[in-house]
Amino acid sequence: MPAEPASARGPVAAISLRGVSKVYRPPRKRPYLAIERVDLDVAPGRFVSVVGPSGCGKSTLLGLLSGLLTATTGTVALNGTAVDRVRTDVGFIFQRDALLPWKTVRENVALPLRFRGQRDDGRVKEWIARVGLAPFADNYPHELSGGMRKRAQLAQSLVADPSVLLMDEPFSALDVQTRNLMENELLNLWGAARKTVLFITHDLEEAIALSDEIVVMTAGPGTIKARYPVDLPRPRSVTEIRFAREFVALYERAWADLRDEVERSYARSLQAG
Amino acid sequence: MSFDAAALTAVPLARRMWFVRSLQFAVLASFVVAWEVLGQIGVLDKFYYSRPSLFLPRIGNWLAEGLKPGSVWNDMQVTLLETVLGFVIGTLLGVAIGYAFARNRLLGQAFDPLLSMFNAIPRLVLAPVFILAFGIDLASKVALGVTLVFFIVFFATFTAVRDVDQTLVDNVRVLGARGRDVTRHVLLPAAFSAIVASLRTSAGFAFAGAVVAEYIGSNVGLGRRIATAEAFFDSTGVFAGIVLIALLALVIDAILQVTERAFSRWKPHRDA
Repeated sequence: MPAEPASARGPVAAISLRGVSKVYRPPRKRPYLAIERVDLDVAPGRFVSVVGPSGCGKSTLLGLLSGLLTATTGTVALNGTAVDRVRTDVGFIFQRDALLPWKTVRENVALPLRFRGQRDDGRVKEWIARVGLAPFADNYPHELSGGMRKRAQLAQSLVADPSVLLMDEPFSALDVQTRNLMENELLNLWGAARKTVLFITHDLEEAIALSDEIVVMTAGPGTIKARYPVDLPRPRSVTEIRFAREFVALYERAWADLRDEVERSYARSLQAG
Repeated sequence: MSFDAAALTAVPLARRMWFVRSLQFAVLASFVVAWEVLGQIGVLDKFYYSRPSLFLPRIGNWLAEGLKPGSVWNDMQVTLLETVLGFVIGTLLGVAIGYAFARNRLLGQAFDPLLSMFNAIPRLVLAPVFILAFGIDLASKVALGVTLVFFIVFFATFTAVRDVDQTLVDNVRVLGARGRDVTRHVLLPAAFSAIVASLRTSAGFAFAGAVVAEYIGSNVGLGRRIATAEAFFDSTGVFAGIVLIALLALVIDAILQVTERAFSRWKPHRDA
C-alpha cells in the first residue's frame, strides 16, 4: 500500500483543546479559575462524554469550543481551525430552553437556514418529522412538553448539518422515562449521521450508556482526572445496556474516581456556605 | 358506552360562567339601585350626589344631540384624538429610548438620575405647566399623555431588552445569527412583547391625562364638560360626565384586550 501524505493518515481532530484555562472575572466579585490546563482531543465521529461534579467547569468547555467564551490561555480548535469567533459549524444543545418562544416549531427549526440566507421548507419539514414533531410543527414552544422542546432543539441544531454537536446536560430537566427515550433517539440520530459529539453530564450512567469514551473531571478548577474508553457494542439501548457486566465494571471504576471529586466539591460548597 | 371528557366538564363550566355573570350583574344593579333609593329617601343629598335616574337620562339627552359643535360627540372626538396622539407619541419615544438605553450601558447610566427624577414627579402636576407652555388646545393634553405613557413604555422596553434571556442570544448566535439578526429575531420581539403587555395600562394613562388636562384648562372635551357642570353646581352633569368617561374607558380597554390577545398567541396564558 502506498504511503499516504501525513495529513491524510490521521484525520484532524474534530475537537482539540491544548493547555486551556479559563478565568472568569465577574463584576464586583473575585475572579476565579473555572478550568485549568485542559488537554483534550476528540477524533471525528466519536461520542465523548464529560462527567464531573457541579461547578467543575464542564459547561465552560462547550462555551470555549463554540466561541461564545474565549480561553484565558491555551488553544482551542474545531476541525483543525482555531476558534476565534462564534462558530456556526457546531450544533449546541443548551441545558435551558433555547427555542425562541415567539416562533413556532417550524419557524424555530428554519432559523439556521434563514440566517444563512437559505430557504428549504422540505428540509425543515423532514427534520421536524425525524424528531417526531410533525403534528406540532405549527405549535409554539410553550404548548409542548419539556421532552418535545428538546426534540425541537435537536432538529434546530441539526438542520444546518453541523459536523460537531455540543450538548450541555441536555436532558437533565426531563423525567427519567422521557430522558431514556430521548437518549435512545439521540443514539439513533447519531448512528445515522456519525457526528462528533461532546456530551456534558453529571450522570455517570448516562455518560457510559451513550459514549465511546468518558472523561472524568476534577472538582473546580476543573482538570481532566481520567479517561475511560467504553467498549460496549453498538447499536445500544440505554435502557438495556445498564445491566451488561462490562457496563457495571466500568461504572464502578469510573465512580471511584468521580466520587472523590463529588465529595471534594460538596465539602467546598459547605465551607463557602 | 364511552365518556366524552370535554362534554363532562363543558356543562358545569358553562353553567358556572352564567352564574358568575348573573352575580356580576346583581352586584352592579344593587349598587345603582342603592344609590337611587338612598337618593330618593334623602340619605344622599341630590345636590351633591345626584341620582342614577337623573344622570342616566342626561347622558341620553347628550347623545341624542348628534354630532355638532359643542355636542358631547364632539367632546368625545377631541378627547379620543388627544388620547390616541398621547399614546402613540409616548409609546414611540418610550420604545426608542428604552431600547437605546438597554443596548448602550453608558447612555443608560448617564441619564439614569435625570429619568428617575422625572419619574418621581407625580405627572399630573405638570398639567398646569403644559397648559402655560402649549396653550389650552390639543398640544398641552397630548404632552401630558406623552409624559404619562412614555415612562410606562420606557421602563417596560428597557427591562425587557436588558434582561433578555442570554441563552436565547447565545443559541441564535451559534445558529448563525449576526448582530442585526439578533436584534430582529430576539431583542425586538422581546421589546414588542413588553409593549403589548403595557398597552392597556399606558392607554388608560393617556386617556386619564387627556381628561385631567382638559379639566384644568380647555374649551372642549369630556374633562371640560365636567369642569363646566361643576362651575354651575350641576352634580348631575358631573356624574353624567364621569359615567360617560368610565364607559368610554371600558370600550377602549376591551378593544386593547382583543389586540393584546391577538399578539400574545405564543405566550402561555392563564385561563380564568
